[in-house]
Amino acid sequence: MNIHEYQAKEIFRQFGVAVPNSRVAFSVDEAVQAAQELSSGVSVVKAQIHAGGRGKAGGVKIAKSLDDVSTYAEELLGKTLVTHQTGPEGKEVKRLLIEEGCDIQKEYYVGIVLDRATSRVVMMASEEGGTEIEEVAANTPEKIFQEVIDPVTGLMPYQARRLAFNINIPKELVSKAVKFMMGLYDVFVKKDCSIAEINPLVTTGDGEVLALDAKLNFDDNALFRQKDVLEYRDLDEEDPKEIEASKYDLSYVALDGNIGCMVNGAGLAMSTMDIIKHSGGEPANFLDVGGGATAEKVTEAFKIILSDDHVKGIFVNIFGGIMKCDVIAEGVVEATKQVGLELPLVVRLEGTNVEQGKKILADSGLNITSANSMADGAQKIVELVK
Amino acid sequence: MSIYINKDTKVIVQGITGSTALFHTKQMLEYGTNIVGGTSPGKGGQTVEGVKVFNTVQEAKEQTGATASVIYVPAPFAADAILEAVDAELDYVICITEHIPVMDMVKVKRQMQGKKTRLIGPNCPGVITPEECKIGIMPGYIHKKGHVGVVSRSGTLTYEAVHQLSEEGIGQSTAVGIGGDPVNGTNFIDVLKSFNEDPDTEAVIMIGEIGGTAEEEAAEWIKENMTKPVVGFIGGRTAPPGKRMGHAGAIISGGKGTADEKIRTMNECGIKVAETPAVMGETLIEVLREKGLYEKCKTY
Repeated sequence: MNIHEYQAKEIFRQFGVAVPNSRVAFSVDEAVQAAQELSSGVSVVKAQIHAGGRGKAGGVKIAKSLDDVSTYAEELLGKTLVTHQTGPEGKEVKRLLIEEGCDIQKEYYVGIVLDRATSRVVMMASEEGGTEIEEVAANTPEKIFQEVIDPVTGLMPYQARRLAFNINIPKELVSKAVKFMMGLYDVFVKKDCSIAEINPLVTTGDGEVLALDAKLNFDDNALFRQKDVLEYRDLDEEDPKEIEASKYDLSYVALDGNIGCMVNGAGLAMSTMDIIKHSGGEPANFLDVGGGATAEKVTEAFKIILSDDHVKGIFVNIFGGIMKCDVIAEGVVEATKQVGLELPLVVRLEGTNVEQGKKILADSGLNITSANSMADGAQKIVELVK
Repeated sequence: MSIYINKDTKVIVQGITGSTALFHTKQMLEYGTNIVGGTSPGKGGQTVEGVKVFNTVQEAKEQTGATASVIYVPAPFAADAILEAVDAELDYVICITEHIPVMDMVKVKRQMQGKKTRLIGPNCPGVITPEECKIGIMPGYIHKKGHVGVVSRSGTLTYEAVHQLSEEGIGQSTAVGIGGDPVNGTNFIDVLKSFNEDPDTEAVIMIGEIGGTAEEEAAEWIKENMTKPVVGFIGGRTAPPGKRMGHAGAIISGGKGTADEKIRTMNECGIKVAETPAVMGETLIEVLREKGLYEKCKTY
């Protein structure tokens, strides 16, 4: 799960991770009031969307007066920002962060991620702040320093110090940088983050070490114990189809193509997309109905696929293990009755109770094309949507 | 022969009184798995599906001589269940549970350092040695006894591969699902090492997917060490970056973990990679023929 920058900064304050003073605003009036309250002279108006690259896309403005704040707030609210992370359709700005300006001396990078190779959490830091860390990794990998963290001890102060010295934080600010890093690790672990990224971390003229930007992603599997994080969820930032799918415990990802897919199992679902592409088609989605899907879930899955106007045909690819083919077949029949399916539908069933499943489909009188294998099914649906 | 488990493996089911666990206990018993007990705190002394229930893993192990356990407990309690089995010094713990928080698994892995237990999973279909022992949730009947090892990050894709092999008369020695999570107990290399040492395994299918670099590391290891042919498949060539594709570990982040990168490394290491999931079996058979192993692997 993702949250907004201003929400991440709220969490940071709770953990003693230093951030500039700021207020969130949902309207121009609120923005002006926020700037008044901050009374910092210069303030920064920052568009809040779940995507990076906002600065380059014109989503961050420096305001030198309250009039400026008003003008920029007016300009940004309701605007669709297109950054390298939003995709071409962009994202509409509905919230702003009004932040006091600060006297930036230098920009750094600090991030925490899971290192899959060691199964440990790793803190990374670089003095090349402000640029994409992937770019730094590609061009000047020697400028990225890492500390692998033992979950028993947590991040140790010596590790944070080593990072701070390695990235050339001025020595009089090292202890502040260490406090910052220790706090950030604390946030990461206690809030079950999957990514924490501060880019840039800045040192200021008045001797502070601050998170100018803040990105936190959370481990979806841990949200059951992070109720306050869940409160931060912004449904406007998510695909409505993905929200609907999550209600029914279906794993769904929207794609650009026109062939809807319904599959059981993540690996098979990904591979079904691949084989559609390989057969000359374009998948419209990833959809894993899971191992324990019921006829009701299958029906909901169908409705979600059909709510996508781009979909011109559907491919159901099921390898029944625990999931029985007759259950899937009943779900497919039920769903087509409920939604009145007019699009071509190709179904490939294999595994447990496959014969019963095929019989249910054949007896239904519905216009369903059956396939003998995954490859056969992919070819048939690609042909049918042409 | 086989790896990890066989007809003599004594298995306990952790969380046996839960509905999923009960269902699968029945399935495993029907398959012939030697289930000697189960655990469910507070329900010790009961019997379910003819299996004796104990309060703790320690007690279950002492009373039954079990060497392996399978875990079906819900995600919030799974890390605790794994460590209970590790503490009882079982040889194998197979964790089926999905959606375990990553930080829990980071701690589990740390705690398991230097311990004798091998954890398989979590978020996996389990392990099966056909016609001997099935520990997990896979449909038993698609598997046939033979000489091809299967190792995979995905459940249904493993079934797909096994089914393709069985249809062609190519049996399997053992099929191991290592799971779709970013932190797991057993990785590709661990399983490949065991297959390499298993006199009954002649060739291996390795099924990977986007996310992480486990396939690349395995490919390098294969190039240096593996004496048996390995063919591969990678799911998720069309997956968009930054999106989690069902499995917690299946995500392309920071440009890393793409299918094309994995396939390229595997090819460079001499591993033939199936072009589509529909030809995993065919691709293996081609390689078996090239290496003169086909007759030996055609087990029925």
